[in-house]
Amino acid sequence: MSFLRAFAAFTTGSIRVVTRGSVAYFAWMAALLALVVVGAIAYSGQFEHGLIRTGMRDPVSWGFYIGNFTFLVGVAAAAVILVIPAYVYHWKPIKEIVLFGELLAVSALAMCMLFVLADMGRPDRLLHIVPLIGNMHLPSSLLAWDVVVLNGYFYLNLTVVTYLLVSWFRGRDPDKRFFTPLVLFSIPMAVGIHSVTAFVYNGLAGRPYWNASILAPRFLVSAFCSGPAVMLVLLQVLRRVTKLDIKREALSKIAELMAYAMFVNLFFLGAEVFKEVYSDTHHLKHLEYLYFGLEGHTALVPWAWTSFVCNVAAFVLFVVPRLREKALWLNAGCVLIFAGVFIEKGIGLVVPGYTPSVLGEIYEYAPSTTELLVSAGIFGIGALLFTATTRVAIAVVRGDLRLEAETQAAAA
Amino acid sequence: MSDDGVTRRAVLGAAAAGAGLALAGCRKQLVDEFVSTRLAEMDRDQVRRFVGELETRYREQYGRDVHVADTPAEEGVLFAYGLDLDRCNGNRKCVEACVEENNQSRGGTGHGAPIQWITVLEMDKERGVDLDHANMYYDAEQVPREGHFYLPVQCQHCDNPPCTKVCPVEATWKEPDGIVVIDYDWCIGCRCCMSACPYGARHFNWTEPNLPAEQLNPEMHVLGNRPRMRGVVEKCTFCVQRTRRGLYPACHEACPTGARVFGNLLDPASEIRQLIERKRVFLLKAELNTRPSFFYFYG
Ligand code: SF4
Repeated sequence: MSFLRAFAAFTTGSIRVVTRGSVAYFAWMAALLALVVVGAIAYSGQFEHGLIRTGMRDPVSWGFYIGNFTFLVGVAAAAVILVIPAYVYHWKPIKEIVLFGELLAVSALAMCMLFVLADMGRPDRLLHIVPLIGNMHLPSSLLAWDVVVLNGYFYLNLTVVTYLLVSWFRGRDPDKRFFTPLVLFSIPMAVGIHSVTAFVYNGLAGRPYWNASILAPRFLVSAFCSGPAVMLVLLQVLRRVTKLDIKREALSKIAELMAYAMFVNLFFLGAEVFKEVYSDTHHLKHLEYLYFGLEGHTALVPWAWTSFVCNVAAFVLFVVPRLREKALWLNAGCVLIFAGVFIEKGIGLVVPGYTPSVLGEIYEYAPSTTELLVSAGIFGIGALLFTATTRVAIAVVRGDLRLEAETQAAAA
Repeated sequence: MSDDGVTRRAVLGAAAAGAGLALAGCRKQLVDEFVSTRLAEMDRDQVRRFVGELETRYREQYGRDVHVADTPAEEGVLFAYGLDLDRCNGNRKCVEACVEENNQSRGGTGHGAPIQWITVLEMDKERGVDLDHANMYYDAEQVPREGHFYLPVQCQHCDNPPCTKVCPVEATWKEPDGIVVIDYDWCIGCRCCMSACPYGARHFNWTEPNLPAEQLNPEMHVLGNRPRMRGVVEKCTFCVQRTRRGLYPACHEACPTGARVFGNLLDPASEIRQLIERKRVFLLKAELNTRPSFFYFYG
């Protein structure tokens, strides 16, 4: 049977898998769907009236949308980079780890693109920035590069996961000669999407908070924390519901690596703080705004410290072997690290870059209700996508979804 | 309806976003059908037709006779601006004149804040040019205040503009006569250029701008003061609709203290060249190597 026919059977089978399930599953999907609907309603208001519906204004011209975008690029990148330790330490179900990592990357990237779309002043002119159709300002514009690499990475991951799933679905062994080069290529691509995204900010000499060479390295190491956090939780679920032999040591090892990444992240933060505080130039204002507030404007202060405390606590939980080996502490660490990095990238990176503004104005940004709802809706879409695709993937990995069964069912 | 710029621009709005990728191979055809042409890619005839369509549209929309020029840059001209810090007293007449000349949004309920391309900063004499302590919300009725000086900031039309290079779709560029312009019909509103500009010169139409018909300035330029739409960026264009006709920018004419100077940098006899010779020159954020075409004079 040709690949295409198998793919068609795979699609029908997948639809069946995602449309059946327990009450809890349907409740979860319905909740997500409700979130998406609410987000869509909020977005339609923004579409009609413009970005005035957000908290952004001229002095702070990017906000929560672009922050979420940045954070999710990190998640997309790190989920795949996890392949490296999987190879190095010979964690057994390596292909499965690749599969689920890339599934997470695909969902995260879909959210990234939606966040960029939500942030556009003229979403109706989207085609202007589509590769090959619009007018990409290459090689000069970093955002244009970002669109290129994000699209490339998206389709690369989509190809790998589709190939792996359909192969297993057909009861065949995936051809190493086809997918190994793709997987290997996705590793530098993962580093690439994250670095290019960092460079979008980093290259702006007029914004000293971003114009520091530590920015791209910090991006990478913090992503090494947030991406694997999601994977750790997912791998535990897989241990339960599949026969996959995911060893406890592998989980503990990932947590240990995350602790090192978090250490480097905190060290980089320290290096940045030292440089700014000791040299005490007017660049210090931005850090000051983030951690202490400026002239009574303190909206970010509680968030900044929450993030710091989460990061340090997660570091402690993951660096002490006795703690990270207990499921409870392991998962607590994952939640803490996810929250810590989300705040750090989602708000802590973007807003202080604009506060004070280039002309010294302090405009205190806070995301509007529209921004919060639209963002929740986009996360809802991402979670829907991820839940549905992992469910299909689990069914395939467990052998519940197989071509023979599908053809027999069709014949009967 | 003819099949040129404006019509295609309208069609684009309806074009299904996703359709793009599937058809990636046939860019040429797709560009003709769905995507408008960038102003920078149009030939003279296309620009003329486009400008004609704009005039018709504005006449209908505002019920007034309008003229949209497409005057190109003149050879041997490189515009530059000068501002004498000793003379400026912060009265903000330039700001008002700029708003009227350039059809900026007057703001108001449902239209957000007014848009102003010039920001005048009040500074402490003791601190010198210290942006962290500048005040842009001072009361213009009270000027000049004791112990303060005033620094108007607008687009510096940099020779090395950080804003144009970041634009992902090349909707903004530097013209041969030095003016940095924006194609309002190509801008996607990503606001990268606003993050890149070190002078806060770029402003965004957060919602539908408010330009009452009776306040419309009917003398326009396609790259200058023609009405903008929601979701795009705008900024000072050295009054391209005036300066390419040999007039001074509106802010220059409105300034009652004679603080403002404008001219051709390539003409050794021009006033601006004379002043650069005679006076001390200060460039705003010179350390960023933006190389502004906007010279502040003092002493
Ligand atoms: S806002 Fe418009 S002009 Fe500015 S970078 Fe984006 S597309 Fe270009």
